[in-house]
Amino acid sequence: MRPFNYFRATTGEEAVKTVSSHPKARYLGGGTNLLDLMKDNVESASDLVDLTRVPLTEITDYKGGISIGALAKNSDTANHELIRTRYPLLSQAMLAAASAQIRNMATNGGNLLQRTRCGYFYDTALPCNKRAPGTGCGARDGLNRMHAIFGASDQCVAVHPSDMAVALAALDAKIHVLTPKGTVRIIPIADFHRLPGDHPESDNALQHGELIARIELPPPRFMDHSYYLKVRDRTSYAFALISVAAALELDGNTIKDVRLAMGGVAHKPWRAHQVEKALIGKKATEQNFAAGAEAEMKAAQPLAHNGYKVELGKRAIVRALLRANGTV
Amino acid sequence: MQDPRIPDAKADVPLSDDENALLREMLQSGLPRRDFLKMMAGASAGVFAYQLLTEKQVLASTLALAQSTGAPSAAEGATVAVEFTVNGVSRNLEVDPRVVLLDALREKLALTGTKKGCDHGQCGACTVIVDGKRVLSCLTLAAQVDGKAVTTVEGLATEEQLHPMQEAFIEHDGFQCGYCTPGQLCSAVALLDEANRAECSYVTPDMKSPPTQLSDDEIRERMSGNICRCAAYPQILAAIQSVHSNRKAVQTWGFASEEKLAEIRKELASETV
Repeated sequence: MRPFNYFRATTGEEAVKTVSSHPKARYLGGGTNLLDLMKDNVESASDLVDLTRVPLTEITDYKGGISIGALAKNSDTANHELIRTRYPLLSQAMLAAASAQIRNMATNGGNLLQRTRCGYFYDTALPCNKRAPGTGCGARDGLNRMHAIFGASDQCVAVHPSDMAVALAALDAKIHVLTPKGTVRIIPIADFHRLPGDHPESDNALQHGELIARIELPPPRFMDHSYYLKVRDRTSYAFALISVAAALELDGNTIKDVRLAMGGVAHKPWRAHQVEKALIGKKATEQNFAAGAEAEMKAAQPLAHNGYKVELGKRAIVRALLRANGTV
Repeated sequence: MQDPRIPDAKADVPLSDDENALLREMLQSGLPRRDFLKMMAGASAGVFAYQLLTEKQVLASTLALAQSTGAPSAAEGATVAVEFTVNGVSRNLEVDPRVVLLDALREKLALTGTKKGCDHGQCGACTVIVDGKRVLSCLTLAAQVDGKAVTTVEGLATEEQLHPMQEAFIEHDGFQCGYCTPGQLCSAVALLDEANRAECSYVTPDMKSPPTQLSDDEIRERMSGNICRCAAYPQILAAIQSVHSNRKAVQTWGFASEEKLAEIRKELASETV
């Protein structure tokens, strides 16, 4: 690990001031991703500003919805009564992620800011445009079984590994950000993470020094019919090959509204608008779910080793919707 | 092994209070190395400190800087003071900010019960309990636990009595090589508290109704962060379930008494050709 100055911040404002005044400074939340990457010299920082004591941890009612502190731990958030009862989709997604130990360490802001990454990003002996811009993408023509089928570029085919962010994408979260100017910037989750394009080194819309303060969720509408399905190589403690956050608002058996987002398929949480478009106003039947899945996966562009994700994606969408509907 | 680049201030000849104050102030100000050395050399009280620095910190800084790219204001041998409790005992450390809790416990406090497995948060061997929550000590900076209470495997038992989870692991034969066991134990002990707090897991059927009694599947899911390369999983699960459900296992083996051992030795001796 390369050396850094260590600071303990006690307020969000103090933290923003410190990081924004050093161009290579970084925030330290739970450290589960950043320290791991720093150990391998994939990431480095001149200064680490430790947010452990910054009190942005509250989970409270907010405008009929909820405000979730960016520095609340993943485990505390997933098990918070307001989240479990009003946004069970979010609890389920968060509990599908990592391990109990990591959920006890990781913060909500840090979860959003974990790097979009793949094995080539970790291995400093191999090319990676995200780690070292201009060196090429090892994965595009290399081992790409885990990689993207939507929205990738020639530069990068990595996927964002967060489960929480997939649920937040389905639930139309808004990210409240403290800026170095002392203002608060609100970024819809759909605009928070980016597709790689020609700048895979950049994962999200944050500018240097900006700090996530909280995550806002709109009033709950899907608490009775939602499901987070995570398909992975082993039963637990593994990244998703495909995950699906499905939420239905039903009027009898008619779909009044639907939200669907996917993980493990793109550089960012993938909101499946085609499924939603295909299902609104329709009956909640397996046949209709399958038609929606078909519509979404038509645009998939698999690589040499991840063609299975297209069929798996269709089946996962249908399964998640059936579970949300209570059919299975 | 301790990283040779990490200076161990505790191992040095103690500095005078003045030297210490000067050293601390200058190291923490993050001055460029040249300016810093100039100041140290120019300060009459700092001659002795300068010698110490050439031996350890300066070497550390130079090596570190040689590896560093584009981190001009990075600390050069600066240390962080950490005050925390480990197994109920108050501890004070001066550490390089890069030192993780795992290495601080093992290298600085000689608490080698906590094991280094992958060192990347993938195996759970380094699991300890911080303020009642199980965490990975390999991905926690020692500096981050300032003011917190750490429990390691050494802190689970009392002088006379093993923790019920430790007893259960013995009764159910919940290990083979034992390397992952300290992490398994800390994780399992914290799991009991999580169950008492009625927390959900991914396999909980309804997030609105947390389970009060954990099924075997619940325990499997909740222990998935602790890998056992010997695959003693069925026994680990049985051990945890027995403590959680307050079920005493039928012990199928026991330590042999001295008399029994003597008897066996006698028998073996008589069998010798």
